[in-house]
Amino acid sequence: MNFNDLSSARPDLAFIAHWVPKNAHVLDVGCGDGVMMDYLQSDKQCSGYGIEIADDKVLDSTKRGVRVIQQDMEKGLALFGDDSFDTVLCLSSLQMMKHVEPLLRDIVRVGKEAIVSFPNFAYWPHRVALLKGRMPVSESLPYEWYDTPNVRCATINDFRDLAEECGLEVIECVALAEGQRVSFLPNLRGDLAVFRLRKKASH
Amino acid sequence: MHFAQPLALQSGASLRDYMLMYETYGTLNADKSNAVLVCHALNASHHVAGEYEGQPKSQGWWDNMVGPGKSLDTDKFFVIGINNLGSCFGSTGPMHVNPATGKPYGAAFPVVTVEDWVNAQARLADALGITQFAAVMGGSLGGMQALAWSIMYPDRLRHCVVIASTAKLSAQNIAFNDVARQAILSDPDYHGGDFYEHGVVPKNGLRVARMVGHITYLSDDDMAEKFGRKLRDAAEAGDYKFGFGVDFEIESYLRYQGDKFSEYFDANTYLLITKALDYFDPARAHGGDLAKTLSNTKARFFLASFTTDWRFSPERSQEIVQALISNRRQVTYAEIDAPHGHDAFLLEDPRYMKLVRAYYDQVWNDINEKAAA
Repeated sequence: MNFNDLSSARPDLAFIAHWVPKNAHVLDVGCGDGVMMDYLQSDKQCSGYGIEIADDKVLDSTKRGVRVIQQDMEKGLALFGDDSFDTVLCLSSLQMMKHVEPLLRDIVRVGKEAIVSFPNFAYWPHRVALLKGRMPVSESLPYEWYDTPNVRCATINDFRDLAEECGLEVIECVALAEGQRVSFLPNLRGDLAVFRLRKKASH
Repeated sequence: MHFAQPLALQSGASLRDYMLMYETYGTLNADKSNAVLVCHALNASHHVAGEYEGQPKSQGWWDNMVGPGKSLDTDKFFVIGINNLGSCFGSTGPMHVNPATGKPYGAAFPVVTVEDWVNAQARLADALGITQFAAVMGGSLGGMQALAWSIMYPDRLRHCVVIASTAKLSAQNIAFNDVARQAILSDPDYHGGDFYEHGVVPKNGLRVARMVGHITYLSDDDMAEKFGRKLRDAAEAGDYKFGFGVDFEIESYLRYQGDKFSEYFDANTYLLITKALDYFDPARAHGGDLAKTLSNTKARFFLASFTTDWRFSPERSQEIVQALISNRRQVTYAEIDAPHGHDAFLLEDPRYMKLVRAYYDQVWNDINEKAAA
């Protein structure tokens, strides 16, 4: 898979891929169909693994030649040693976790750097929906309240607090809308929050 | 194939000469890069796939996995099924004549280990001119052989496929094996292993051994679903018999399985194979450090376990996966949510079969990329 394929399939992933260095050893937590690892392996000569629970996605990833470990992310990353990856990705998955904080701590334990993305609940159409007295349903949150796999709703500002709480340094924080960076009023205008994190040196 | 060169065994003993039975499927390509070795588990043989002509009940033990167009596609790969030493399906075993005494080996057949089997298999590969397998594959005890290949002959396999296996038996596993062995050893017809010359077979012992073993292959849920507390002759009276005969369906099933097994399996082979299982512990030579044990491996790995397998549970596979990850080995690991316990590795499950197929597609790409390079 090359960059153009990735850009057209998943512009958000294409943006994030710039942050992963060539030849990096990568763990993709919640790798889905393996498209990101596929790109990183073929275009950036990265190595590493994806983690995925769903049978069909494990199959998709395997078909792409991605090394996938089937396990429940909820159970943490005990299979992996401290600082064993250059970059740990957790893209559009963290909001589905019951145990967000322990997983986040595990992600930065096993990775020298982490990239975490999640739907920004403070995206303005979501605010409008709430003002109208309704739970937001949008392209980035395409579920009804009763069938959503997203059990955690957070905004960019909320996540920044959690990162601080966990002793993490925010290297970069970007809001994306349709895969493009939003610089002006990001917490209002971005539907996807992307954080680049690492452990604080003093910790 | 007959081997005239003696084989030194891990125990210090050696086999002067020996025979290895094997079967092949598909065609070995010109550069001999498409060979896959399939290693068998406790009660199977070299007959992995297909049926013998005129014998409709002779289907190979992994026929749902191996064959033309199947997950391990014999239209692409050259698959070798091999029967291990000590077995009772044709390779040299305890029922064969010991050249030193002119009598059947019986209990004098040396105890063989997984590593001994792998050394013998490597000689077959040499004889066939295969320097590197595309993959070595096995389930359960067969998976141990595949794992041992990756440690003992790191350059001789590109991929290592380990299904429903473990890097070592637990105390509980060994305990079950010893109950099985005691059943055989305490059968008066065992005659210290030399029952061949007495013209008898320790059928009762073998039967109980198989019954115990069989319980460990099934899950509690699977047994509950298949048998529950159903009575054997429910239609007749629907009541207990207040005796020690067969009341429950599960008793009838296990006895049937035990009877069937004792008709064709050899008691000494059962003892030998359970010992090979018990002794397998490659990390023992490295102070129990599995990561260190696997540090010289070069293969890429595919592992799968089954959620209801309590004989070799997913945790056992995870230990291998963890050790491989710590060495940055390429590893794919699937945990298949199947209800059938340890036996699931032999059963048809579309998720499992599709995944193995997808992996072998990668193996196929790999050997073709290598040929092109």
